[in-house]
Amino acid sequence: MTRDLRILVVEADPEKAQNIIDALSEAGWQVVHAIAQVSGLERSIKEHDPDIVLIDMENPDRDTLEHISAVSDTKSRTVAMFVDQTDHDLTQAAMAAGVSAYVVDGLQMNRIKPVLETAIARFQVMRKMRSELDAAKQALEDRKTIDRAKGILMRQRGMSEDAAYKLLRKTAMDQGRRVIDVAHALVTAADLLT
Amino acid sequence: MSHQVLNCGYVPLVDCAPLIIAKELGFAAEEGLDLNLVRQPSWSALRDMLALGHLDAAQMLSPMPVAMSLGMGGLTAQIDCLMILSVNGTVFGASNALAAELGPLRFGDARAILTALGARGPVRIGVPFPYSMHRLLLSYWTATQPDLNAEIVTVPPTRMADAVSQGHVDAFWVGEPWGSAIVQRGVGKILMAGRDVWAFAPEKVLAARHEWVAQNPQATRKLMRAIYHAAKWLDADSNRPLAIEILGRSEHLNLAHEVIDPAVTGYLTPAPGARPLQINNFLIFHAYAAQFPWRSQAAWIAAQLGARDADIKTAMQCFRSDLYRDNLGPLGAELPGASERIEGAMHEATEVPGSRGPMILARDAFFDGTTFDFTQKSDQ
Repeated sequence: MTRDLRILVVEADPEKAQNIIDALSEAGWQVVHAIAQVSGLERSIKEHDPDIVLIDMENPDRDTLEHISAVSDTKSRTVAMFVDQTDHDLTQAAMAAGVSAYVVDGLQMNRIKPVLETAIARFQVMRKMRSELDAAKQALEDRKTIDRAKGILMRQRGMSEDAAYKLLRKTAMDQGRRVIDVAHALVTAADLLT
Repeated sequence: MSHQVLNCGYVPLVDCAPLIIAKELGFAAEEGLDLNLVRQPSWSALRDMLALGHLDAAQMLSPMPVAMSLGMGGLTAQIDCLMILSVNGTVFGASNALAAELGPLRFGDARAILTALGARGPVRIGVPFPYSMHRLLLSYWTATQPDLNAEIVTVPPTRMADAVSQGHVDAFWVGEPWGSAIVQRGVGKILMAGRDVWAFAPEKVLAARHEWVAQNPQATRKLMRAIYHAAKWLDADSNRPLAIEILGRSEHLNLAHEVIDPAVTGYLTPAPGARPLQINNFLIFHAYAAQFPWRSQAAWIAAQLGARDADIKTAMQCFRSDLYRDNLGPLGAELPGASERIEGAMHEATEVPGSRGPMILARDAFFDGTTFDFTQKSDQ
């Protein structure tokens, strides 16, 4: 298969950009460039003359890319958002993974598809890693708050750690709230009183 | 009782207020809807999410349903405009450097600003999206000045102040709060409001897929009723301080009170340290039948997008004045006698006959006095 496409990745986070470039290079595409800011996008497009532009769906700069593709002059090649009306699953998968592709007019489907599939796979991995990281961070934060709440009860009421946790849990159950919410309320109240 | 969940996309700007009020003040819940507001990072992302069925409804720039239905730009899909969410509410301004070159200009004098710009040489002007009322008004306005060499570029509103301060654009046409944010940062000046070019421009609309609307008549009716009540509440002067409070606290907007204030009160500060100016009809949610989707508004948009006569007729059908009459008439909404009018014909607020007695329509003149009569293009 010919993998001589020129690919441009628009991504502000350098680590993420490198990650996508690596995935594409490993799969055999060699001419992959990344830019961080869309403000110079028109120039970058002229310079790199990409066949495919990949951008994160969350990136507000997408609207700028949209405009450039809508009004590009006849000298440069038109780049339009890639939507495959025949392959609904691919379009949905790209959306779920959070990646949009803009492709040069007339590029064949069998050349676009593997690029997009590779990008989708990498975006999925990155998204999963991010949500796992967020979940881990949140769990750690929650544990700290609950520990502080337990500490307050242990000091103020002379309870054991176990009894303090049981009281938090009972209060949460009685009020139909989560333990973390009760702990938060207690910590906030204690901060106000000291 | 469990409420029907309805996913509605929006972009965090002051004029998405009817959606936030419908949710926060319980107008949606009263209709039995659990309105789930889904924030979108860009207009293109919102468009894709709506077109591919990830959203049931969305706040859109008024030209978007027309452009999508006519197959222009990106994704083609049959999208209906159920009602107008807001009229006016945008501003045009210049960087400090350009404003200094243009010299003193009376605020809102669209002709004088244009003449001054024409004498200046090439200008780069930022708009939020190619299919926006901002861009259409800008193109309409600048087309009347052949000397003006204007390059229009798209800059996301959240990045507009940076683009102005870095000299990436010389001028900007943007919705609030981002115009006031530019003034507050001290990098530019507001020279006029959108209403100085067209006094009654449909700005944001409530949109849904045509197919979804046909399949969900009850949900459509409930959503329209909730938004109708929310906009009516928003337009009462006595509710404005509370509205600013609710919008400022809302997680959906995440904007400071002081940048929400100008759009909602209509008192705009045009330059750093300047006295606030009261701008009449700066942003309208409900008054003057503002929510009524005139088919002639769709026709004007289509014509500005360069559509042919046949396509203008198609565009007129996506502004669903028929649904507005059916769903909101029973609530006592003011209904004009016809669904098309001559756009730009009102040089002052005028009393006209409506379906239930006289009603007042606001001034809707264009800065150059042109009128647009699309009535012969419709079948009615």
